[in-house]
Amino acid sequence: MTGATQAGGRVPRPDSLPPRPYRFPRFERRRLDNGGKLVIAPARKLPLATVCIVAEAGAVTEPAGREGIAQLVGDLLLEGSAGYSGAEIAERFERLGAVVEIETQWDVSVICVSALRQHLESAVQFLGEVVRAPSFPEREVERLKSERRAELMRQHTEPRGLADDMFSRVVYTAASRYSRPIGGTEKSVTSISGQDVQRFFDDRYRAGGLTIVIAGDVDVDDGDRMTRSAFGGWPAGAPVIATTNDTPARDGRGLHIVPKADAQQAELRIGHVGVPRNHPDYYSIVIMNAVLGGLFSSRINLNLRERHGYTYGAFSGFDWRRQCGPFSVSTAVQTEVTARAAKEVIAEIDRIREAEVSAAELSLATSYLDGVFPIRYETTESIADALVTLNTFGLPDNFHDVYRERIRAVTTHDVLRAAREYLTPDALQVLMVGDAGPLRAQLEELAFAPVTLHNPKDES
Amino acid sequence: MRIPIDTFRLPNGLFVVLSMDQTAPIVAVNLWYHVGSANERTGRTGFAHLFEHMLFQGSADVDSNEHFELIQRAGGTLNGSTWLDRTNYFETVPSNHLELVLWLESNRMGHLLPAMTQQKLDNQRDVVKNERRWSLDNQPYGSWWERLPALCYPLEHPFHHSLIGSNEDLDAASLEDIGDFFRTYYTPDNAVLSIAGDFDPARTRAWVERHFGPIPKGGGRPSATSDAMPPRFGGWRREVVPDNVALSRLFLAFLSPVFGSEAYYAASVCAAVLGLKKGSRLYRSLVRDRRLASDTKAFTYDLSKGSDLLVLDVTGLAGVSGEELEVAVAAEVDALRSKPVTGEEVGRAVALLESDYVTAIQSAGERADRLSMFATYFGDPSLINEQVERYRKVTAKAVNEFVRDRLGSDNRASLLYVPREAATRTAAA
Repeated sequence: MTGATQAGGRVPRPDSLPPRPYRFPRFERRRLDNGGKLVIAPARKLPLATVCIVAEAGAVTEPAGREGIAQLVGDLLLEGSAGYSGAEIAERFERLGAVVEIETQWDVSVICVSALRQHLESAVQFLGEVVRAPSFPEREVERLKSERRAELMRQHTEPRGLADDMFSRVVYTAASRYSRPIGGTEKSVTSISGQDVQRFFDDRYRAGGLTIVIAGDVDVDDGDRMTRSAFGGWPAGAPVIATTNDTPARDGRGLHIVPKADAQQAELRIGHVGVPRNHPDYYSIVIMNAVLGGLFSSRINLNLRERHGYTYGAFSGFDWRRQCGPFSVSTAVQTEVTARAAKEVIAEIDRIREAEVSAAELSLATSYLDGVFPIRYETTESIADALVTLNTFGLPDNFHDVYRERIRAVTTHDVLRAAREYLTPDALQVLMVGDAGPLRAQLEELAFAPVTLHNPKDES
Repeated sequence: MRIPIDTFRLPNGLFVVLSMDQTAPIVAVNLWYHVGSANERTGRTGFAHLFEHMLFQGSADVDSNEHFELIQRAGGTLNGSTWLDRTNYFETVPSNHLELVLWLESNRMGHLLPAMTQQKLDNQRDVVKNERRWSLDNQPYGSWWERLPALCYPLEHPFHHSLIGSNEDLDAASLEDIGDFFRTYYTPDNAVLSIAGDFDPARTRAWVERHFGPIPKGGGRPSATSDAMPPRFGGWRREVVPDNVALSRLFLAFLSPVFGSEAYYAASVCAAVLGLKKGSRLYRSLVRDRRLASDTKAFTYDLSKGSDLLVLDVTGLAGVSGEELEVAVAAEVDALRSKPVTGEEVGRAVALLESDYVTAIQSAGERADRLSMFATYFGDPSLINEQVERYRKVTAKAVNEFVRDRLGSDNRASLLYVPREAATRTAAA
């Protein structure tokens, strides 16, 4: 093939071909006799599958004062059962080459096992056996509590994690579960007893609230049979769907400093209480965020990184939960430019609310999210994860089939409306973790709110 | 399970690897340039990585940041990374945009320099300094990235110095350095191009020839500094770092057989026996039974020249001193002799390594990256299909031989982080 060449033997930029069609894997729903739900998505590329158990046992379901128990119980599911110690459970999965991951989210807890096809059935049977009747040995309960306390100590010396935790604390009212980390605080974790653990498990891990998701090299009938035999014995009954208070900590803007001596950089978080996942303007909000700060080529990153060289990267996002998760901009900047960087971020938030974004900015965001769709689902874990999300938020079954079309339908007008309705400059909380002296010296530049100095060790 | 592989070489020396998988309409493009921080000259630490940043600042027909924009507009993901002995650039895109990616990569391989300006260099220097602050200086334990290679390789060795570089050396980097480095190392004969996923073989080959064919061959790589290393340190090196951390953390390193060698696979299985997941010896002993540690890991650097490093990475629980941690970890290493590695332990490790491999190659980008790696290091991308078999052939005997050969007290380097407050108290007492 030859074509026109430019000076110096260069070839002009080629046009792209029409896209080949792609569909998110088809999936089928079944019901277990005990009320459990089953979602099976056969996806055959490699001899591999992922099976996830989703329980209505996320952090928002915790009793007050016992924050962190959801994650503790999730992790303890593999630390002892009627017939096996924690060490034996780990050993048995690992000899099958099976990888088990437990993730406690705000709304649900998810346990996933991924294994080669030839070991899948043994791994799923064994998972069913151990999570059906965990024994919660006292020794393991205490060990995992110590590990959580060590994690918190480590986090207090680690600026990113500290900034994330402190940001939640200044954004949400103290009565909100969202104001504290999923894993709980030193005080709340210390207060959890073995009895609390057993009670939480009995309340939350009921078949009526269970969903089993299977994705990968499995056909529907095989998946169905495997699941019935592994999870069919769970007691029926459904846990109540829990909610938390998701209101802001304060009216108006706030400026917060978390001192960290000798910090070489300042971690910056700017944001406020956002919107729930099930929202009629979801697609407009997603595109608006992509133009503002969701991508490398978004306004905030191009401003802070490429124009000013203040940072290695700066991004914005809405954290999607059943209730109102936070909207936040996150970055780490040179200490001496922290106030200027914060001003630039706020200016970008103001700017996207002032006028419609350009057609080029809109099409960058929509064509990225449209095009990247099939790349998101290369692995069995990511397909399973997408179906877990679908289930958690009760999204329609055709969600993945209409997603790209809905993304492409968003207009510059929709983006402006979303920015005006869901970004609230007057409610922004600006949090800085860093060397307090130089940070305070810059605050005159940002004199829009009273400054609060925080100590991460004070528990609210 | 084998993935299909086809290769060819252009007259200018560019080695091309194709691996088809049409289960989804996506394709990954991956380029390895056989140059990394090891190739930097004295006074220019961090340059290979700074240079990687400059490759996203445009080329003759591409504006600054347009590379990112064009790929994202196509619905693709992209990045680059720099390592001791290579630099890679990679994109995964919907397959109808394959030619665009080839054009972008060839434009910067062939025509980078007209787009380089002092202003872009100054800006990316600031970005890299912030990357340094973010990933090293402002992270607890972050300096291990620099300290461990410096502790393990001698001063004059190409792996000794900092990959991210000192601020002083970054400041010294000039446009002239950019030109020299580009002409020396960013040549088709010093690169491997891998394409994995959904493509038409004949058309893809024609595109590769059209876009990369006209780029002139390079003048050959300068002869490298010797990277030869002894098999063992010849002692136990120690560095204690009092730092602003709450928990002690130990990195215990051993000189280890180079990636790809027969003994490497035994070393890699040994690392998994010691530190891969909860069934490993370190986790069972230090986390579960003795409750001294909160986290244990083991890994190899996978260096194919000089010497590899096998590293144990263990973080203590609150109140566990650095010394206690080091004694406990060393005792587990010593116990490999009194209680040799068993066939069951090897079986667990190999089962995990095998499923990890299959899990990883689900992604077209990961497949392409591994093909580039085997082609760059060994001239043979089909080695990707031999890895599982090579792990399966590892016996407990081979692992125990590796233990005797390399894990003794004459081949250890400890990098130990301890809380600064505790260190001060001890010194005052």
